[in-house]
Parts: sequence; structure tokens; C-alpha cells
Amino acid sequence: MEYDVVVVGAGLAGMRAALAAKNNGVSVAVITKVHPVRSHSNAAQGGINAALTDRGDTWEDHAFDTIKGSDYLADQDAVEVMCREAGQEVINMEHMGVIFSRDAEGKLGTRAFGGQRQARTFFVADFTGQALLHVLYEQTIKSEINVYEEWFILSLIINDEKCEGLIIMDIKSGKIEALKAKAVIMASGGLGRIFEPSTNALICTGDGMALAYRGGAQLMDMEMVQYHPTTLKSNGALMSEGARGEGAYLINANGDRFMETYAPNMKELASRDVVSRSEQTEINEGRGVDGCVFLDCRHLGEKVINEKLSQIKELAYDFANVDMTKEPVPIRPGMHYQMGGIKTNIDGETKIPGLYAAGEVACVSVHGGNRLGANSLLDTLVFGRRSGEHASDRTKTERFSSIDSKLIEDQKTLIQGLLDQPNDSEMFGSIRLDMGKTMNEHLAVFRTQQGMETALTKISELKNRYKTVHVPDKGKVFNTNLIFTLELGFMLDCAESIVISGLERKESRGAHTRIDYPDRDDNNWLKHILVSLKNQNKIIEYQDVKITQWETQKRTY
Amino acid sequence: MEIELKVKRFDPEDAKNTPYFKGYKFDIEESATVLDSLIKIREEIDGTLTFRCSCRSAICGSCAMVINGQAGLACNTKLLDLTSKSSNEVLIEPVNNLPIIKDLVADFKPFWNKIDATNPWLQPNGTPPKQEYMASNEAMLNLANVMACIMCGACVSDCTVLNVDSNFLGPAALAKSYRFIADPRDDADKSRLSEMNESGGVWDCTRCMQCVEVCPKGVDPMGKIMETREKIMEAGMTNTFGAKHATAVSNHIEHSGRIDEFRLPLQSKGIFNFKEIIKLMLPGLRFALKKRAPSPFHFKNPNQTFVKKLFKKVEK
Repeated sequence: MEYDVVVVGAGLAGMRAALAAKNNGVSVAVITKVHPVRSHSNAAQGGINAALTDRGDTWEDHAFDTIKGSDYLADQDAVEVMCREAGQEVINMEHMGVIFSRDAEGKLGTRAFGGQRQARTFFVADFTGQALLHVLYEQTIKSEINVYEEWFILSLIINDEKCEGLIIMDIKSGKIEALKAKAVIMASGGLGRIFEPSTNALICTGDGMALAYRGGAQLMDMEMVQYHPTTLKSNGALMSEGARGEGAYLINANGDRFMETYAPNMKELASRDVVSRSEQTEINEGRGVDGCVFLDCRHLGEKVINEKLSQIKELAYDFANVDMTKEPVPIRPGMHYQMGGIKTNIDGETKIPGLYAAGEVACVSVHGGNRLGANSLLDTLVFGRRSGEHASDRTKTERFSSIDSKLIEDQKTLIQGLLDQPNDSEMFGSIRLDMGKTMNEHLAVFRTQQGMETALTKISELKNRYKTVHVPDKGKVFNTNLIFTLELGFMLDCAESIVISGLERKESRGAHTRIDYPDRDDNNWLKHILVSLKNQNKIIEYQDVKITQWETQKRTY
Repeated sequence: MEIELKVKRFDPEDAKNTPYFKGYKFDIEESATVLDSLIKIREEIDGTLTFRCSCRSAICGSCAMVINGQAGLACNTKLLDLTSKSSNEVLIEPVNNLPIIKDLVADFKPFWNKIDATNPWLQPNGTPPKQEYMASNEAMLNLANVMACIMCGACVSDCTVLNVDSNFLGPAALAKSYRFIADPRDDADKSRLSEMNESGGVWDCTRCMQCVEVCPKGVDPMGKIMETREKIMEAGMTNTFGAKHATAVSNHIEHSGRIDEFRLPLQSKGIFNFKEIIKLMLPGLRFALKKRAPSPFHFKNPNQTFVKKLFKKVEK
């Protein structure tokens, strides 16, 4: 099987890339381990940012908010690209049929969102991600793009340091095949399941990041893991920032609106790392209840809640037994997003020719040390499109290579090896839980040298335990136990790179806050940390942050 | 609390190839959902148990299954709501009306094929404006209700028509079609309405309310089907059994306050549709012989004036 461009992942970035490539006249296939509309993009709630000039907004303003939000770790040329192209991307989505909320005149409506001085977040009630994802799926059907639904990626095919395709497995039959490609776009999403709890779906297991890493690509800024300020205690579910955008307050056990102290200007709408740190401080200093503070939406009134926050109202009801219109909802910071990922340039190219990346799996970097809410949906669309365009252009001068069938046999041997492991050892679940708890303890809002060293040792131990992991399901058809076990291997690789990067960065910046290095150190650390593998050895490199027009400043909200 | 889950298993690679129930008894927190208990089973008790799930918060649509006889999402169904002092047993089966691949995993290909068959993408005429299409927030809010559909398949599982007639497009596909019919920016109304008017379309719904009952997102597929029927009739497409039936019932109630059971089938088929009328005669005769046929003499409802007032009020 061969296609000019193969996209891994059918979320927003993946489908946007596939559409761009198809429109550019090349053959395209999308590989996805779940049906496209099951992709985790559907969980994004709040909205998508764009500066539309007919509202007196400028892309420069949006860019500055983003760069400040990133704690100056974002590459400014990439941010400029994203913010300049945002408006057109939102209009494109509306033309495709997205049911954005409207203002009284019938134009696209906006809401305020964290870290931005102007309301420029376009939204669909509080299920913007799902609304965008379903429309892209509609366009995928319309464009007749080949979707390999419920196929799992086992490895990249890298020859002479060039990416030439993938080895994939059909989940429904266990069949393993090679897929030849002139370009592979990795759009496989984040790695939230490395942490426990997390807002992320169970499918977010860092597959693409780990495979690219194993193939020799660089992972950048992995220590920058975002803890979202408002997640539910019971299942870590996300309570959209849109609530605070509509005017909700954060209060502590005493009923005080504590953000007035930590961020006197923007208060609840300061950037997420600032808010999470504030909440965690309140909780640590005894002003929380059961490890939580509260999201208070009562004063917003039923009309606003029912029209604009209907989904989170259901979530609070179903998963926290709270009626948002009458009581404050207990929330706490929870792992949510990976700012870091596979290093790419502004066209989605990685260090490996033929391998691209876009969306949460990638790190361009536009989010730097902290992502602003509603910038992720934008990131996926802008860089999904750019990757699709650039990759498809590239294929016009590339040729297919022949694939060594031994690569398929190697994967079959690997899988048989897993299935043959003795059944007295543990299954994937306990290893993953231990990893999740460790990461949530030592790589959360506040970090220490000792804590991260403990985490690194623990991950080593877990990798050893993984060597003898037991897979009780020996079947070929829909063997989910095998899939989860393979995903665990990906997660362990990613977790290790997070801790290594965290130990390396000896300062506090964005989401990476160290009690032993509490200040930001621009003199020594205005640079990215890159981790890669060379002959099984871990290499750490640095890359200076690209500055165009905004000099670093002290960051207060 | 102690819980016993009876899960319908099916191993496609087993020579015997028949489904069977497997019971799992264990302790779990009171606040747990059905999904929590299934995950506990596959991570701690029986790693071969296979089912789809992803987001755990009712937005991805992966975990639809039949729980104690009714379709729903495993992730937002609380165990406490299914058990009582007398019974801590919960029955879990895969969704109905779709082939089963393994255990609780159904083959959704027929489901997706029906969605795809409705040409589910916006079809505006002409070139798009430079900025956004103008539209009212009211129109968008109306669409938000049907766009909330997460394609979980619960409605399709419990649809009583799909249970006997796989030609029916089904509540999910029909609701998806409505989403475009009701979108002011879509210009393909005529072709969409015409397709929904065909066999297998909106007129095959028996209004059993099951889809409304089981939808985890409050989409009300039946309501969307009914609105599509209205739009079809407003567009003048009234030459179907369904449209004629609806018109006849409406006329009977308006004029006499009761349905005229003798004339209704004749008017639904079309009183000049001799071929169909003759087909009705044989069963009609059988009914008459058993003294079960409706009388050709039609009396008005004694409260007819009141009914007429009600009718006029509803029409407004």
C-alpha cells in the first residue's frame, strides 16, 4: 500500500492536514486508532482565538498575549505566523459550516479568555472542539479521503535517516502491514495518560511522540506540561475556561476571590500556569476543602449557563453532583496539555526528512512554557494546514522507496514476544497507574530536584517491570489488551523525556516551577531543551528562542 | 459497595462462536460509573474483556452499550442508579441493531454508511463571502441542539423500527440531515428534503420515543424527524403514504373530533389509487367477517366544538 502523504491521527490537526494535502492534488491516507469523531479534539470546550481586523483587533496584539503567556519561551516567528493566519482559518471553518455563536448583528460572537487583553475567542457554546471536529469529518467524507479507521501505528520506517512510511496493525484483525509514503505527518495528539489524573481521554498515550523519538527526531520543551486550573476531582474532567470567560469567580474555603491577590489585573483570566499556581498555593496553605478550591458560576444566571455553558453544567451534575446554578463547583488543577513535543519548524518539518508533525504532538514552538486557552484549536488548524501543504509539495519531487519486508516480520516477532510473556507477571494497568501517580506527584504544579530524581528512578523501575509485562488476551481480533500494553511502552519513553528535561531546566518558567530555582533566568535559560536518541543514548541539546519584535519582560497579570 | 456485572461476551476466534454471559463480582466505590467498573475488570480481573471507551466524560461517543436493557453511555451511567437494596446485579450487552465484532464492540460500519449517505456537509450556493456568512444566533442555537450529537449510536441501538427494518435510515442519520436543512447557510434543502421523503426516510419513523429516551445529549432525534416531515409537506411534497396519512388525520380531527378509521387507510393510500385500495380489500373483508372492521358510518365526537377550539389554538 502506498500514498504520497500519510497522516497519523484524525483529530483536528490530522484531518486539516489531510484536507490540505488532498486539495493540493496528491494521494492521501489517514491512519487513526479510533474513528475520527472519537478523537480527543472533541473534548476541547472553550473556543478558538483569532484577531479579526474588522473588530479593531490586530494579530500583533494576539501575538504579544501569546508570547507573554508562553513566559517568553515561544518562538516569535512561529507565533507571528499563527496569529497572522488565525483570522482566515476561523473564517474558513465557518464557511465549512461550523455553527459559531453569533452576536446581535449576526456576525461571529466572541468571549473573553485567559491571558488575553481583548475578547477574541470564537466559540460554539462550550463544545467548540466537537463542533469543529465534526465539520472537518464532514469535509473528509466530502473529499473522499481514505481513512484507515482503527489501525494502530507500530513503528516508523526510517532509512538513511529519511522517513519512508509506517508499519501499522489493523485492530479489527491483527493484520500487520507496511504503508509506503513520501511524507508522514504525525498528528497523533498528546500524552495525558502519563499522568493520573488527567483531563485527557484514555487514547492520549504519546504514540507519535515516542515513535518519532525512537526514530531519531528531537522532542522539545517536554518539561512544559500544563495543569489546567479547573478540573473535577472525581474523574479529572475539564471545566472549561469559558466559564471564567463568561465571568465566573474562583473562591477559596473562606469564600474569598483569591485571584485578586495573585493577579490584580486579569484575576481569574490570568494565564493558566499563574492561576494553577495560585490555586495550589491556596490549597497547600490550608484554604481549600478536600484538596480543592471552587468555581463559582451562580451569579452568571441560568440563561448564560444554559446557552453558553450547557456541557459543563451537565458535567458538574453528572460527575460532581453539583448544580452549578446554585452551588460553587469544587475544582483543582489537573494535568491537561503538553506544550512540548516533536520539534518542528513553521511548516511542520522535523529533523527527519519526510517526517512532519502538527497539533499537540508537535512543538514549533508557539506555546512555549504555557499555552493560552483557545490557542490549541488554532495551533492544530494553522499548522495542520501548513504541514499538509508543505508535505504534499515535497512529495511532487520525491519517489517511493522499497520497504524491507523484514521490518514487518520484526514487528510480528515483537508482538509475539509480548504475547508469550509468562502469565504470572503484572498487566499493563498497575504499571501505568504507578507511573501516573509518580508523575502527578513530582512533575505537577510545583517541582523539586529531589522529587524529579525520585520520578526518574521510578520510571527506570517501571521500564524494568515493563520488560516482563503479561498480556492475557492472545487473540488477533480487537486485542485491546495488546494495544494498551504497546501504548504503555510509548508512555514510558515520553515520561522519561519529561523528567530528564525537567531536571535539566534550572529555573522557573511558565508551567515549570521549581521550588529550588524559583525565578525566571533569561540570561542562562532563554532557550529550548531538546532530547533525542542516538544509538540508544539520550542526547540533550539547546536551541535559542527566536526573538523578532518582543523583548522579554517581567510577567505579571 | 459490592456489585455483580453480567457482561455479554463473544469471542470471534472461538470455534464455538456463540455469545455467552460472564459474571464478575467485586467491590467498587459508590460513586463509580458503569465504565469505571468495566475498566476495573479489564485492568485487574479479566484483561480479555473488550469494549470501546475514550473520554470518560460523555463527549466522544465511544462507550455506548445496552445497560440493564436500555442503551446509554457507560461513562455517565452511575452504578448507584442501577442497583437497589434487593439487587446489585447489572446487565451489560453491546448495542442492538449492529453486528458484533467481539464482546461489547459493535461494527459501526452500517451506522457510518447511513450518516455518509445523507451527504452530510454544508452545501451553500455561489462563492462564499470574504468574511463570515451572516446568521442569527437563534439559528445557531437551534443547530447547537442537533450538533450536540456525539454519534454514539444509542438511538440506533434502541430504535424499534431498525429492529425490524434495516432499510430505515435511523434517528442519527435523519437528525444529521435535519442539521443541514435547518442551517440558513445550506442551499440544498430541496434535494435533502426529497431524499428524506423516500423509502427508508422520515415517514418510516413510528414515533416510539425510544431515541428521545436514550439520547445522552438531549438531541431529540424524533423531534428533528417530525420537523423534517413538516418541512417536506410545506415544500408541497405531499404524495406519499405518510403525508396523506398525516393530512387525513388532521382533517378528521378538525372536522369531527375523532379519527375516521374506515376512511383513513383509503385516504392514506389515495382514494384513486385503485391498485392499493384493492389490496386492502382482502384484509378488510377478513376483519369484517370477524366483526372487527371499522364502521363506514362516522359519528362526530360529542365534544367536537371543544376539540375544534383546541385544534385552532394549536394551529396558531
